[in-house]
Amino acid sequence: MNVSRTELFLGFAKIGLLGFGGVAPWARHVIVSEKRWLSEREYASILGVGQVLPGPNTVNSAIIIGDHFQGTVGAVSALLGLLCTPIAVLIGIALIYDRISGLPSVGAAIAAGAAAAAGLVIGTAIKMARRLQPDATALVVGLAAFASVGLLHVPMALAVAVLGPISIALAWRKRRGG
Amino acid sequence: MNELLQQLGTVFAWLSLLQFGGTNAVVPEMHRQAVDVLHWMDAQTFAHLFALAQLAPGPNVMVVSLMGWHVAGIAGLLVATAAMTGPPCLLAFGMSRLMRRAGQSRWLAVVKDGLVPLAIGMILASGWIMASSSESGPMSLGITAAATAFVAFTEYNLLWALGAAIGLGLCAQAAGFG
Repeated sequence: MNVSRTELFLGFAKIGLLGFGGVAPWARHVIVSEKRWLSEREYASILGVGQVLPGPNTVNSAIIIGDHFQGTVGAVSALLGLLCTPIAVLIGIALIYDRISGLPSVGAAIAAGAAAAAGLVIGTAIKMARRLQPDATALVVGLAAFASVGLLHVPMALAVAVLGPISIALAWRKRRGG
Repeated sequence: MNELLQQLGTVFAWLSLLQFGGTNAVVPEMHRQAVDVLHWMDAQTFAHLFALAQLAPGPNVMVVSLMGWHVAGIAGLLVATAAMTGPPCLLAFGMSRLMRRAGQSRWLAVVKDGLVPLAIGMILASGWIMASSSESGPMSLGITAAATAFVAFTEYNLLWALGAAIGLGLCAQAAGFG
């Protein structure tokens, strides 16, 4: 698979521009479903690496994916695509916000959009899990990650610091055994 | 002005390396610095900017761009965004190069295997948190559930889900349910 710098820029610009309420669902949709730059598993593992590093997940993934296809310039193209266009939109919204924020229809649209955005994120996690068909250990680790951060509100850094090594050790054992 | 830019640069460069799991991890500290320590803005303005960034498309890290813009105009926006994304990007780039050098090595494959379930669990958790922090009510719940199923079980464009939800929200509001 060869992905040009322009394609990287445009692809990540699309992810940034459409990413209302979070870019994670769009990143997977564009990269895996629509453009097929990476397989489900390749994408999930890059996302996993992006998650243990500090910084926004998608930004980290953009750097790694850009570098993967086009080296340093690719990483910069992906990053600029992801950030520049949404920043321009954001400034536009900031400029008109005071005039539109009081309108009841705007409030209703935002509330409905936020509810849908949450669903997009949950659905993306379910879809990735379905397609990767985790074994029992991976399922337990994934659910433990979800429960600790989502239900018990453990800080994500702590959850990653504890579950990461455990999960890697389990993966190591499985590879040696199987 | 220069002093302000310097403040923006230092504070966000430092915070950027604490963003484990994403920008939301550092929002409390960001609030403390911006409102209590450096008096860039009052608490209400902070909340306002935060809401605005959530509303706009793009990665969550862009709340920082908006804060920079508020504090010191376009120069502030550029300095704040660069400071908040630069250090993590360099780390991600270093990691990317390390992974490329490791190529098909076994330890890298094991680490990636171990991180995949964690990544998916964390996406699920963030969707869950988004769902539980948005306005509750039968309509929001229904929209979230429908969007979840749409994404989990189809490959259609996510815009359909988002658009349908916003349309529904507007109709309900016009009909007097909102």
